[in-house]
This record gives sequence, C-alpha cells and structure tokens, in this order.
Amino acid sequence: MGEILGLLGAGLLQALEPLNFSMIVLGVILGLLVGALPGLGSVNGVAILLPITFLVPPTAAIMFLAAIYYGAMYGGAISSITLGIPGASTAVATVFDGRPLAVSGKADKALTAAAVASFIGGTISVILFTLFAPPLAEFALKFGPAEEFSLMVLAFATFIGLGGDDIPKTIFSILIGLVLAAIGLDIISGQPRMIFGDISGFMHGINFLVLAIGIYGIGEMLWTLEQTKGQVTAHNVKLSLKEIIKDIKDVKEYIGTTTLGSVLGYFVGTLPAAGATPASLMSYGLAKTFSKEPETFGTGNVSGVAAPEAANNAASTGSMLPMITLGIPGSPTTAILLGGMIIWGLRPGPLLFTEHPDFVWGLIGSLYVANLVTLVINLLFIPLFVKILTLPFTILAPTIYILCVVGGYAPTQTMHDVWLMFLFGVVGYLLRKLDYPVAPAVLAIVLGPLAERSMRQSLISSQGDPLIFFERPISLTCILIAVALILVPVYQKYKRRKNANKSEPEAES
Amino acid sequence: MNVFKLKRIAITAIVATVSLGMFAGAAQAEWSPKKPVEFIIMAGTGGGADQIARLLQGLIEKKDLSPRPFIPINKPGGSGGEALRYLKDKAGDDHVVLVTLNSFYTTPIIQKGLGVDPKTFTPIGRMALDTFLLWVHDDMKDITSLDSYVKAVKSKGKSWKVGGTGSGQEDSILTAMMEKEFGYEVTYIPFPGGGTVAKNLIGKHIDSTVNNPAEQNEFYRAGKSKPLVQFTGERMAAYPDVPTAKELGVDIEYYMQRSINGPPGMSKEAQEWYINLFKTLYESEEWQKFCVEDGLDCTEWVAGDDLAEFHSTAIKAHEELIESVGAAAITGE
Repeated sequence: MGEILGLLGAGLLQALEPLNFSMIVLGVILGLLVGALPGLGSVNGVAILLPITFLVPPTAAIMFLAAIYYGAMYGGAISSITLGIPGASTAVATVFDGRPLAVSGKADKALTAAAVASFIGGTISVILFTLFAPPLAEFALKFGPAEEFSLMVLAFATFIGLGGDDIPKTIFSILIGLVLAAIGLDIISGQPRMIFGDISGFMHGINFLVLAIGIYGIGEMLWTLEQTKGQVTAHNVKLSLKEIIKDIKDVKEYIGTTTLGSVLGYFVGTLPAAGATPASLMSYGLAKTFSKEPETFGTGNVSGVAAPEAANNAASTGSMLPMITLGIPGSPTTAILLGGMIIWGLRPGPLLFTEHPDFVWGLIGSLYVANLVTLVINLLFIPLFVKILTLPFTILAPTIYILCVVGGYAPTQTMHDVWLMFLFGVVGYLLRKLDYPVAPAVLAIVLGPLAERSMRQSLISSQGDPLIFFERPISLTCILIAVALILVPVYQKYKRRKNANKSEPEAES
Repeated sequence: MNVFKLKRIAITAIVATVSLGMFAGAAQAEWSPKKPVEFIIMAGTGGGADQIARLLQGLIEKKDLSPRPFIPINKPGGSGGEALRYLKDKAGDDHVVLVTLNSFYTTPIIQKGLGVDPKTFTPIGRMALDTFLLWVHDDMKDITSLDSYVKAVKSKGKSWKVGGTGSGQEDSILTAMMEKEFGYEVTYIPFPGGGTVAKNLIGKHIDSTVNNPAEQNEFYRAGKSKPLVQFTGERMAAYPDVPTAKELGVDIEYYMQRSINGPPGMSKEAQEWYINLFKTLYESEEWQKFCVEDGLDCTEWVAGDDLAEFHSTAIKAHEELIESVGAAAITGE
C-alpha cells in the first residue's frame, strides 16, 4: 500500500511540473470547449488536437489527452444545462433536471452542482483507483456476457422503478427505445434489419445523439415556442460571488446521491464495454428511486444534476482501468488515448502496471490534477455561462437550432440523420404533450444494443438455456437487486395508498 | 486578458493560417486532402485493425505527412458490413479510406443482401499480412499441444466455446476450417472486436480463440494465455517455440491482409497521393518495428493495380473456401 501511495505521490508531483501542469490546464480548457460544442464532438476534437502532443514529451502528451478527456466530461454538462442540448452522450442525464433548473432561473445552482459533484466524483474515483485497481481489474475479467446482460437488466430496473411516474408509460417508452435500438445490422448474423426497404442511412443504426439532440434540443424548442406563444422572454439572472459561495454550500443537499453516484460510476466505468453513459443514467435512476421527493425529479431537482455528473466523472477515471490492463477503451476518446500510448511504444496489458508504474500513476495523478483544475475553471466561468441564458430568445433559439443540426450531422456526416433528428424532435414534443416520459427511451437506445448482444452471446454459449443468468453468482446478484429496485417503489406506492386510505377512506372508492 | 489582446491574437492567427494555406497551395500542385480524412476501421476498438489504424494515424501526424488529419472511426457492425456499405455509399469521395480485414472478402460473399462488391473499391496499399495462432487460457494445464487440444474439444463437443469477432470474419472461417479438418463441432460466440475476445478468454468466458498476435501478446507475456499452434508457412520470429500447423501434418495456412482501400470511384490523383503516403508509412522504421513485434509479415509492399489483383485472387480463394466448409458452418445457422 505504502508503495502505491508513494507512486501516486510521485505521479501527482509529476503532474505539477510546470510543463505538465500547463498542458493539463490547456487540455482542460480545450476539453471543456470540445465537450460543450455538440457539433465538434470529442472524437473529432481530440483527433485534431493530437498533433500538439508531438511537440512535448510523451508524459506531458498523455496528460494533455487525459485532461481533454476529463474536461470534455464536464463540458457536456455546460451545454446540457444552459442550452438543453447534450454536448456528449455522457451528459444526457444532466439535461433531465439541469435544463428545468436553468429555465427557472437557477442555472448557477445547476452549474455549481455539476462542478462540485464532478469534483467529488473525481476524488472518490481516484481514491478507489489507488486502493483497489488490481483486484478490480481481476473482477472486471469475471464480467462475461451473462454478467453484462444482468447489469443491463439492473440499469433498466433503475428506470422502471421510478416512484411517482406512470409505470405503464415508462415501460412503453423503454420499448420504443428498444425498437429503435434494434434498427441496423443484426449484431450476431450481420444481416440488415428494419432498414425500411433499403435506406442505407438506417444501416448504421440510430445514433444515440441524434435521438437525444432531437428530443431535447428540437423538442424543447418547440415546447418553449408553444409555451411562450412566440413572446420574447429573457431570463433575468443576477449573480454575485456570494451567490456562488452559497450555491457551493448547498452541497449538503446532494452529498448522499453524489457519493453513491461516484462509487457506482467508478465501478461501472471499470467494466469494459459499459462506460460513462450507462453509469450516469443509472446513477440518475438510483438518485430518483432513493429520493424522498422523487416527483420533483425531471422538474429541476439539484440531485438530478449532481448524481449523473458525479457518476460520469468517476466512470471516466474508472474506464482507465480496462484501457490500461486490457487494452479495451471504453469510449472513442479513450481509444485516442490508447492510440497515443501505442505510438509511444506503451502496450496496454496486465504488465503495464508493473513495467511502467511511473506512466500509470502519472496518468492517474494527472487525472486528479485535471479534476482540481476543472473545478476551479468552472466555478470562475459560471457567471459567463449563465450570461448565455440572458441572451434574447430571438438570438438564443436560432443558435440552439443550428447547434442541433450540426450536432446531428457530425457523428455520421449524413443528412439522413439530420432529418431523423427533426422527426425525433416532433415526436419528442408530442410525447411531452401527452405526458410520456422520454428519458427511458433514451436509456433504452443506449443500453439496448449492449443488452441484446450480451443476451444473445450468453444464450449461444449456454445453448439456449436461460438459467445461465441465474447460475452465475454475480449475474444472480445483479438480477436480485434489479427485482428489488422494481419492488421498492411498488411497495412505497402501496404503503402510500394504504396510508391515504386510512386518513380518507372515501377518497379511493 | 483584455479584448484588444484577444483581437490581436485572433488577427495574428488568421494571418498565419492564410499565409500557411497559400504556402501549402504553392508547394503542392498535386492533389492533397482538403478536409479531414475519415479513416474507417471495419472492426471494434482494441482489435488488430484498430491498433494499426491508430498507429498509422499517429505516425501521419508525427511525421506531418498530411495537411489534414486522419480521423479513425470504428464501424464494426455486421462483421464489417456496416463499414463496407458506408464506403460504397461514399462512392467518388476522396476523403475516406478503409483499413481492411479479410471480412473485406468474406462478408460480401456471405451477406449478399449488402449489395457490396469489394472489387469495385479503389485499392491503395497492403500494409501487412497478419497471422493467426490458436490460444487457450494458461490454466488449461492438460492442453499443451494441438493433439491434446483436439482431444479436449472432442470430449466437450458443442459445449466447447470459441470466441471470435463475428460470423463470416476470418476467425470464424479458420474455426470452420478446423472443425472440418478435425471432425468436431464447437459453439462460436461473436464479440465486437479482437480486444474483447482476448479479454473473454482471460476471464474464462470462452475456451479458445484464434486471435492475432497483437491481441494476445500482452496476456501471453503476463502468463495468462498460451499459443498452441501457428497457422503460418514458417515459424514467426516472435514465436520460435510454437509449431506451425503444417509441421504437425495439418494443412491449414491462413493469413489476413491488412490493406488500405478507398471507396469506389476515387479519383486517380487522390489514389496516387494515398499510395505515396502509405508507402512512406510502410517503409518507416516505426512501422517495420511494429510488424516484427506483433508478428505481422511486412516483407512485400503491394499497391494499386497489384493490390487489385491480389484482392481478386483472394476473393476467389475465399469463395472456394466458404463453398468447401459450407456457409452454414460459418454463420452458425
């Protein structure tokens, strides 16, 4: 243990060297921009910035890439909260409550919560990484297809079991998402399915960002237009240093969910193939399930911003583990980090920890320094971000609209996806009018392909026997927790109803 | 930082960009990319093709070989079908190239519905011939040779699980060839990339794989997995103690080409530019070093029309191969 702490200390010192530190600061700032602009996308952003890394020594370069990665995690939250467009898939859950908070004039509160929760998530995950990296790397190996599927079931359960929501409507929404997720090439046989004749745009499936930007960006705009009836409204935001300090002190409101989200996020992040997006969605679902006032989620609950932000930052540290020990990057951005490592002759694998400890711990140290830098930069810039909201609607609306189109086009660079995004925008608006929750559909389209693949792999491997999900201890545990998560809100509802019956016996009949 | 300073920096940046652009325009009359080049990988992250693409991308940047960056994009869906179809739909586009596996040949043969003919693609250059080895977890102490492997598989029958990267991918063909040769049948489980296959072998979720060296090497060095046999003509320098299948009297020799190809109808000028670019990379010290370490055969550079000829011979060979083992054995239907 002492040895590991020594290595981490050396890593931290290394990250604080002038050149390394300035690369981290630069990386965080660029990462914030990359993450916040839906059109840029972190993959393109990081690929374009890669040449900069050849101007500095490898360690500084890797720290720079890691800082971009880290900054982008937070950058996504900025556009999610201020504009209502998720800048990256990891920030979708942040929209759920971040946007309503911003609309009601509490953007500063949401942004501060995001920054503070990210910081806590980052801190907890670095601690967990330091203490448990080798055993967790072993544990991650135990996750085969059956375990992955059960984990997905668990993720869905966090969303079905949302107390207060209309459960049939939630299930309907999940099913719509699953159907959309099934479009494209069959995962196992490779045959095209549901491509509506031969529309090649459907071959690559429905990109998750297209759905998310459509529903939240375009749908939200249509909704606002209807609500304001075209009236020009400007948000009135007053912000002082005192206010921000007060916002930071509000951390006690959401410290519980943040800690839970951080641990969950780190853990999910360490599993290859899962990553930060499912982590943030699960964390949101859990925060809502265990909240004392679940009905306020989705209408602007600060915990709803803190939980996913803590989880996605914790997961980004966690996902370094499968990348370092197994060479499996959890996200496109980590894949670029991996590319960087290969160029400098560092091969990811179980031996990297022992053969290049200075590299591994330097990387972890730099993540922690990036975490601190992100917090400071964000708190400083919050007044500026909030200013975006004071722009007149006539300027803000077209800007959001353009960002949506660019964001829809960027991932695949086909107009097909842009039209699809508009369609989802209209559908999202209608669903909202009819009071259907859309978040479960978004969850389903992210997790659907993962769940389908792992389920079919498991069943192939067990030759069609579904008992495989119950025979393996980790898998069984996940399924039992999932069942419990579904039953908790049902029970709570039952209890509430019983209590209500006691006090007003006539009301129910 | 005040507004004026920002403005001055902005102006300097603009002037610098414009003058750089003019300089580049004057220096290179020939074709060169005008926007970022999409570097499509027809497999998932962490696999052999992915590692190669990311190394090449890095080398292009490091050596400053292209005025615009190459952006690796993974399109692993449908055993590479997603990537092939994407390229077909990009016909005539000079800013997209594909890193191939042998599924470049096999996927169009098996999935007729895709409507892709690889012969119409623009051949650029063959970077390497990749090799295959048969791997099992190091804990399988009873299995030390091909013979003991075959015996173990036969005793377990269909409950023996072989992991691979997808029905119709080269490893599924190799698996089918082995099934035919040794007269057993196994269960083949597809994963989204060689890296994930390797991880599942180490986690004991599958029993064996035919991974490329790049995908298993680090686990092998860590004593977690072991190679039993290599499917090459001669023993590779990286694996001097592992017998080839031919030495053991089994007639299976199989390679995978790692080549760069453009979409159908790429302009002659662009094709030429890419051929030169990848030839420079092929000859670079870094690439040759990577080849030796990762058991890739990089002794002969094949480009342009020669590559087209290589492709058409290989397509014919694969058609016969699929015919002989039966498409059903590969797709598992």
